[in-house]
Order: sequence, then structure tokens, then C-alpha cells
Amino acid sequence: MAGRNSPWGGGGNDGGDGSAGDGDEPAGDAEPEGKADAGGDKGGDGERRGPRNPWLPSGDTPPPRRSAGIEDIFRNREPRRSGGGGSGGPGRGGPGGGFPNLPRRPDGKSWIPLGVGIAVVVLLGLSSFHMLGPKEQGVVTTLGKYSRTIDSGVSMTLPWPIEQVETADVRSFTVDMIPDNDNEKLMLTSDKSLVDLSYLVRWNIKDLKNYTFRLADPKETVREVAEAAMRASIAQITLGDALSGAGRARVEQDVRERMQRILDGYRSGVSIQGVEIKKADPPAKTKSAFDQVNVAQQESERDRSEARAWAQQVIARAQGDATAFDKVYEQYKLAPEVTKRRMYYETMERVIRDNDTVVAEKGVTPYLPLSELRRKAQAAPGADAAGPGTTVTAPAPRGGQ
Amino acid sequence: MGNLWQDYKAAWIAAVAVVIGLMLSVIVVPEDEQAVIVRTGKPVNVYNKFSDKADFGQTDAGIHFRVPLIEQVIRIDKRLLSVDMQQQQVLSTDQQRLNVDAYARYRIVDPIRMVQTAGTADRVTQQLEPILSSSVRQELGKRTFQSLLTAERGQAMENIRKSLDNEAREYGAQIVDVRIKRADLPEGALAAAFVRMEAARQEEAKTVAARGQRDAQIIRADAEAQAAKIYADAFGKDAAFYDFYRAMQSYSVSFGKGDGGKTILLSPDNAYLNHFREP
Repeated sequence: MAGRNSPWGGGGNDGGDGSAGDGDEPAGDAEPEGKADAGGDKGGDGERRGPRNPWLPSGDTPPPRRSAGIEDIFRNREPRRSGGGGSGGPGRGGPGGGFPNLPRRPDGKSWIPLGVGIAVVVLLGLSSFHMLGPKEQGVVTTLGKYSRTIDSGVSMTLPWPIEQVETADVRSFTVDMIPDNDNEKLMLTSDKSLVDLSYLVRWNIKDLKNYTFRLADPKETVREVAEAAMRASIAQITLGDALSGAGRARVEQDVRERMQRILDGYRSGVSIQGVEIKKADPPAKTKSAFDQVNVAQQESERDRSEARAWAQQVIARAQGDATAFDKVYEQYKLAPEVTKRRMYYETMERVIRDNDTVVAEKGVTPYLPLSELRRKAQAAPGADAAGPGTTVTAPAPRGGQ
Repeated sequence: MGNLWQDYKAAWIAAVAVVIGLMLSVIVVPEDEQAVIVRTGKPVNVYNKFSDKADFGQTDAGIHFRVPLIEQVIRIDKRLLSVDMQQQQVLSTDQQRLNVDAYARYRIVDPIRMVQTAGTADRVTQQLEPILSSSVRQELGKRTFQSLLTAERGQAMENIRKSLDNEAREYGAQIVDVRIKRADLPEGALAAAFVRMEAARQEEAKTVAARGQRDAQIIRADAEAQAAKIYADAFGKDAAFYDFYRAMQSYSVSFGKGDGGKTILLSPDNAYLNHFREP
């Protein structure tokens, strides 16, 4: 078959038949196909020599190869099957009889009925033992009727169809977060404002019997009751209280009691352990306005601080001045005349020394070139640093050194 | 096995018949169900009927028998069921709108009546829903918006429960509780509420800022007053000396060393020059 380019062509027939043909019939089926195919090739169809499209049916030749189909496999076994299928009669010895690998009983009967029987008994036996974890309790029903509640540890009941046990975790707390996504959840407060609230409810089962039989959907009931209770509580307080910490604590307590009351009214067997408000924010759309209040608060606090600082300065200065005066006054009282003179001369000395001074008779004053003097003083700024002020005693001005 | 079958054919058939007969005639009623026995189309008996007093274990649950083929069993939930009301717009007496979401919890206390009127629990739920929403609308429509939000809700809920209960008895159901799950502002009102909240916040912000400025002013004035008092207490002891003392300070500050380059014009009569003229 060297002329065949297609790997799916008839050339594969020989190998394929060999592997599939473990029985007589399939091999017999495939044999004529292979021959016909080979004959067709030898007949010298020129156009067939080229590469052949492997997906197209080969036209005049019969389908080249069939892999072993499911029918072929079963056809092999059918003769054997037909013997065992009728009635697993005790008289039938030899091979066969269902699963051929199982050993026989001494009298040649099958182990199967016995094995199945034992398995059923064991399973039933197992179904009457119940081991409950430390957090669990179970409700036992006898043919549908409540019989008893079993606690953690090993307990025995009648086997399965008669008594059934339903266990549940009664001691660990279930935590429900409402809402269970990050979306905004707005609630109305008493002043018709809205608050974005999310909270947690922690609960457990306090009476498994009631929990199991009383409510159609206890988990959903807890959530709905929580929602109703929370909204009722929030509707009674103002927005300010809802946002502040003190208001929250009261709401949490309130909701918890309210929920417990409602759930007890349903005899749900649920115990609310706690309600915690996780987040109480103003609605996102008004957030900037709430921030403005914050800013205003900060600013007003800053204004107050600045004023207080200034006040401290003023007062401290006043106290300093007053104390200084007091001290001087004390000394002054001891020798009023001398002290007064001394202070006068000291002050005048300082004043005269530091300034240009002109001593002149009355009437001369207007003609003094005062403006020029000033200019000179400005032109020589070093004058002050170099020495004390210049004293002019004559009308003729003298500049600084 | 063939022998067993062959030998006891009649017994086998009888046994199978008995088993099938038992399966047809025995009914197991669990604790959370009530079973209505319908004999040729007519409900005649109820097993495990709801009773407020009977605790589990003392109820009628368990195994019961019926006549096969003639009697049929209809199983009805004994548990607390819920009716959820679709969100509804309620108009309060002061013409404000509110979207209300409510639920009712009920249980079937008269299964025979329920089988006759509604058939299944689902049908009861369906029938109760419009009644619930109309009584919610009716009851809440009688109230002001404010009272819907506050504690008065409790009374309203009780009224709704009662009126719904009257209707529900027709279906053999008892309404245990009615609650408003949510009461929200509708879309338009929501936007208005946001605007109002914003305005309120701005008002607060401005108030806070103004209050801060006022406080600052008061603090400054207080300080000035306090300083004045301190000065007065000290200087008041000798007004004449204060005048002199302060003048000296003032001179040395005003005429003290400075960049101004002041020129002081002294008359020879000046007190300072007293001794300049003559000793």
C-alpha cells in the first residue's frame, strides 16, 4: 500500500483489522473490505494516485475501515451471555453465572445473595449508630413522629426507615451580614433623612425541635425579621443618633430585643446572640455636604485656638507690664524725687543720644533746613552704627562723620 | 431459586400483594405536615392537625392508615409559611409617597377548609398576597407620613394583621404576624431628600463656622478686658507716677534708636537743659 498517502486510507486496514478482530465475526466482516480495496488500487485508477482527500468517502470502494464498534464487542460475548441470561438455575455449573471472578460457594451457588444480605444488614446497623460532634444535636423521628433530641456523643436509634436523625449545629453562631454585598442600603430615620447601614446578626439554635419543625425557612425568616426590626428601630431615631456611636449601641440593643421577641412569637427556636452595626454612613450622594460640616468644625476649632493663643499673649503681656510697673513703683515710693529724676535723665539721655538734636532759640526753627538734614542722615546710614547721633548746636548744620 | 419460585408461587404472589397493599394503605405523617384524608372527593379527616398546645411528640404525627384507592391523602405544610408582598407605593394622608415592602407569616390551622377553598398552600399564598397588599395600602393610607415611621407602626401592623386574619380564615389559615420589612422613599422623593439633607448639612456647616468665629471674638474681647483690668489694678495705685512712667517708656520707644534719623529741636528753656544754662 505504498501508493496511499492518506493515513486514513484503506492502507490502515490490515493493522486495524488485526487489533479489532479478536473474535471471528468482526475479522470475517473486515476481510472482504480489505480485499476489495486492494483490488481497486491494483486496477490502476490513475487519478487515485495523487494525494487523496481523507475526509471524502472513497466513492466506489466500500468504506475502508470501521473501528471495532460497540456492537462488535458485544457480538463477541453474546453466545456466552445467552447461556447465563435465562435463569441462574442451580443445575448450571461450569463457568459464567454473572461475575465470573467471584469464587463459588462449595455447593456451587453464588455468594451474591448472601453478600447483598450482609451488606444491607451492616448498612442498617450503621444507620442506627450516630456520632454527633461537640456542637451538634440531632432530632430523632420515629416514622415521622418526633421522638427525642440526642446530644453530642454516640447515640443509638432504630435503623433507618423506622427512625431517622437530622443533625444540626446548634452551638456555633451563624453570622448573617445584611446586606450581603457592598451596595448602599438606605434606611429612613425619624427626621426623614436616610442613612446607609450595614449590620451583622449573630444567632444560634436554642431549641432544635422548634427550629426543625416550626418554620418553613428559618434562615430566611431570621434575615427578614432582622430587616424589619432594624428598620423599625432606625425609624425611631434621628439621623444624628444613627450616625453617632451612642445611638448605635442603643439601636443594636433595641434590634436584638425586638428580633428575639418576634422570633419567640413564631416559636422559631432561634436565639439572637447579638446585632452589630458595622457601618452607618450618610448616603454617598450627600457625602460632600457631610464633609463640609467636618471642615467647618475643624475651621471653627482653629479660629478658637488662634483666639485663645492671642488672648494668652495679651494677658501675659499685661501681667508683665503690670508687674514691671509694680516693681518700679515700689522703689519709687521709697525715694520718689530721686527716682523720678533719674528715670527722666536716663530716658532723655537715650533719646538725645540716638537722634540728631538741634538746640535753638524760639523763632529760628522755621528757617532750619530740616529736610536737608534728614536727607543727609539717610545718605549716611552708617552714621548710627558708627557712633551716637549728631548734636547740632548751631544753625549751621553738620553732617555725620 | 427457580425451585423456590416454582414451589411457593402462590405464597410469593400473596406476599407481594400484601406489601403493595401496605404501601398503599400506610401513610407516614411527619411532624411538619398535616395529612387530609379525602374519601371519594370529600375531605373527611385530618391527621396531625395543627394544635397550639400539643408539643412535638404529643402530636398526631407518625403512622396512619387509609383505605387504598378510595381514600386519598393531601399533605399540607404545618409550618409557619410566609406571604411576601411586592413593593407597593402607599400614599399617606399628607400626600407623601412611600414604597412599602411587607410580609405576613401564616399557618394552616384548618386543613379541611383549606383543601376545599384553595387546594394547596401555594394557592393560599397567592390568594393572600393581594389581600395583604390592599390592607397594607388601606391601613397605612390612613396615617401621616411621620406616624408611619415611628412607633405607631405597631398599631397599624396589628390592624392589618386582624383584617388579613379575617380573610385568611376563609382559607383555613391563621395570620400570625404582619411586618413592614422596608419603607423607602420613591425615586423622586429620594432625590428631594438628598437635596434637603445636603441643605441641612450646609446650614450646619455655616452655623458651625459662624459659631467658631463668634467664640474667637469673645475670647479676644475677654482677654482684652482682662488685660485692661490688670493694667488698671496696677497703674491705678498712682496715676501721676503712671503718667510719668509711661511717658518715659513712650519717649524711649518713640524717639528711640531707629532708622528714621529724627531731628529733635530743643529750646534752650527745655527742662532737660536746665543745668546747661546754669548749674
